[in-house]
Amino acid sequence: MSNATTTVAAEPRLYDCRQAYAQVLEEMAARDPRVCAVINDSLSSANLKNFKALYPERLVNVGIAEQNMVGVGCGLANGGMVPYVCGASCFLTGRATEQVKVDLGYSKSNVRLCGMSPGMAYGQLGPTHHSIEDQAWMRVIPNLVVIVPCDPIETAAVLRYSLDHVGPMFLRIARMPVPQLLDANYKFQFGKAVTMRAGNDVTIATNGVLVCRALEAAERLAVRGIQARVLNISTLKPLDTEAILDAARTTRGIVTAEEGLAAGGLGGAIAEVLAQHHPAPMRILGLPDVFAPTGNIEFLLNHFRLNAEGMEAAALELVQ
Amino acid sequence: MSDAGKDETLVPAQIDMLRRQANWIRLSAMTMTHRARLGHTGGDLSAADILAVLYLGGILKIDPAQPQWPQRDRFILSKGHCSAAFYSVLAKRGFFPETQLRTHMEPLSMLNGHPDRNKLPGVEANTGPLGHGLPIAVGAALAARMRGESWRAFVLTGDGELQEGSNWEAAMTAQHYNLDNLTVIVDRNRIQQGDFTENTLRMEPLAERWRSFGFAVVEIDGHDPAALLERFSHLPIEPGKPSCIIANTIKGKGVSFAENKPAWHHGVPTAEQLEEAKKQLNVEVTW
Repeated sequence: MSNATTTVAAEPRLYDCRQAYAQVLEEMAARDPRVCAVINDSLSSANLKNFKALYPERLVNVGIAEQNMVGVGCGLANGGMVPYVCGASCFLTGRATEQVKVDLGYSKSNVRLCGMSPGMAYGQLGPTHHSIEDQAWMRVIPNLVVIVPCDPIETAAVLRYSLDHVGPMFLRIARMPVPQLLDANYKFQFGKAVTMRAGNDVTIATNGVLVCRALEAAERLAVRGIQARVLNISTLKPLDTEAILDAARTTRGIVTAEEGLAAGGLGGAIAEVLAQHHPAPMRILGLPDVFAPTGNIEFLLNHFRLNAEGMEAAALELVQ
Repeated sequence: MSDAGKDETLVPAQIDMLRRQANWIRLSAMTMTHRARLGHTGGDLSAADILAVLYLGGILKIDPAQPQWPQRDRFILSKGHCSAAFYSVLAKRGFFPETQLRTHMEPLSMLNGHPDRNKLPGVEANTGPLGHGLPIAVGAALAARMRGESWRAFVLTGDGELQEGSNWEAAMTAQHYNLDNLTVIVDRNRIQQGDFTENTLRMEPLAERWRSFGFAVVEIDGHDPAALLERFSHLPIEPGKPSCIIANTIKGKGVSFAENKPAWHHGVPTAEQLEEAKKQLNVEVTW
């Protein structure tokens, strides 16, 4: 577990994490000729126009062909390159699941999958374009690391870390604007939960675009005299079991919140640990075995109570 | 690049040797599937000459002493179910001792039913589900291009396997990037798991299909080591285009009771059949 200095202004500026990711990718490509990108006609959505302008020979556009895209990534890694395979998370993880399992996980290929615009970022486009299953699907594949950064600082730090990681990774890169939460000096620690806020009454464990909402929930709970610990589980896999067990032992329960299905993802991963090692009260927030109705991302997060009010209410159930 | 096939005086002896080595691969694979009571004998037998020429005919630029040599040619067995023939040729080429073939499919063996690159030297890709090899080979060919290196990517696919759409996604990429350092070899034995390919899902006109996807295509006798050696020694078929070699083969080739019979897709020989195969193939397996 690592502690972070968090900075949330009253009217915070919001950031699209794809900018930080693309900027670091360009920086890494400048100093390491092994860095390359593979896209599925996703030049804009993967924010790689500038990368293409700088390194046209290291950007492979396979067209709309996700199975091929992941296989090509595997082959590039075999040939000594470090490929970043970037596409909308819904298509990348859904259409190419077998390639992710076999060509990357089973093969232990040095490929970085960048699942762009995950969760319900595509809002009104509907469930075909939502990626509410990806944390559950990706985390059960052996050898595949799953990382869900919470803001532009962490996105950049994770990208920098990824260059020298050995083995396949799935990085969930947010499109939905989020405030900067972490200090510019933040150091990403692989496999470690980040304590965004200290507290010993109850724990809120979340990741990605919901971390800023969890901090808001903690503010609301503080008004009631309840000190909530906020854990940013940016490394979903391997899970920081020590941080989870410590939260179970030292607080009255754990609320998990994820931008996706409540089944099989972050809440499921934490429940697996608690059930076996230290049973503790939990509330698992997420989509309850349904596809989302029509609406933009803000509407949908509120609709499913994946907001400060929802997390506050769940935390109150655990402490009262 | 290999000089194989260029010295006319060596050719007859070399071809004769490659024929014997291909038959050794056949008997070795049959011995393995017989022992394991499991395997894909028919496809092992159809691919034997292709594998022999690639690995033992001096075509692939590889070094068994350095399996991860960065400049090696990449060969990907996309039809990963034909692992018995593949393991046999890797052992014969010196990647691991032939005696290790005895462990095929045994508990905790490095010789899994389908190849695992993290277990066995010489294996480039974990294959088994079909339609995975060509995208990987395309990626490897792109890597060589990006790195400015001269090594090449080869992939051996089945013919029924080409029903998987991922192959055609990869073919479009190979064409678009003009990957003439990529060679696809199709083991055209005309039989897939359940029936003949043409009864299952018509594959013809297969050569035309590859041509229309931008490949330079030749069809050859996949059981003629001289033709295979000659063709593999002169790649790409056409500069600027990826190459496709449709090797017309016979499933179960070399043993009369297995030839051209769908049941031998994953049929395995009895002890009597193995004895009969030994006589027909006229080779010894001593491992």
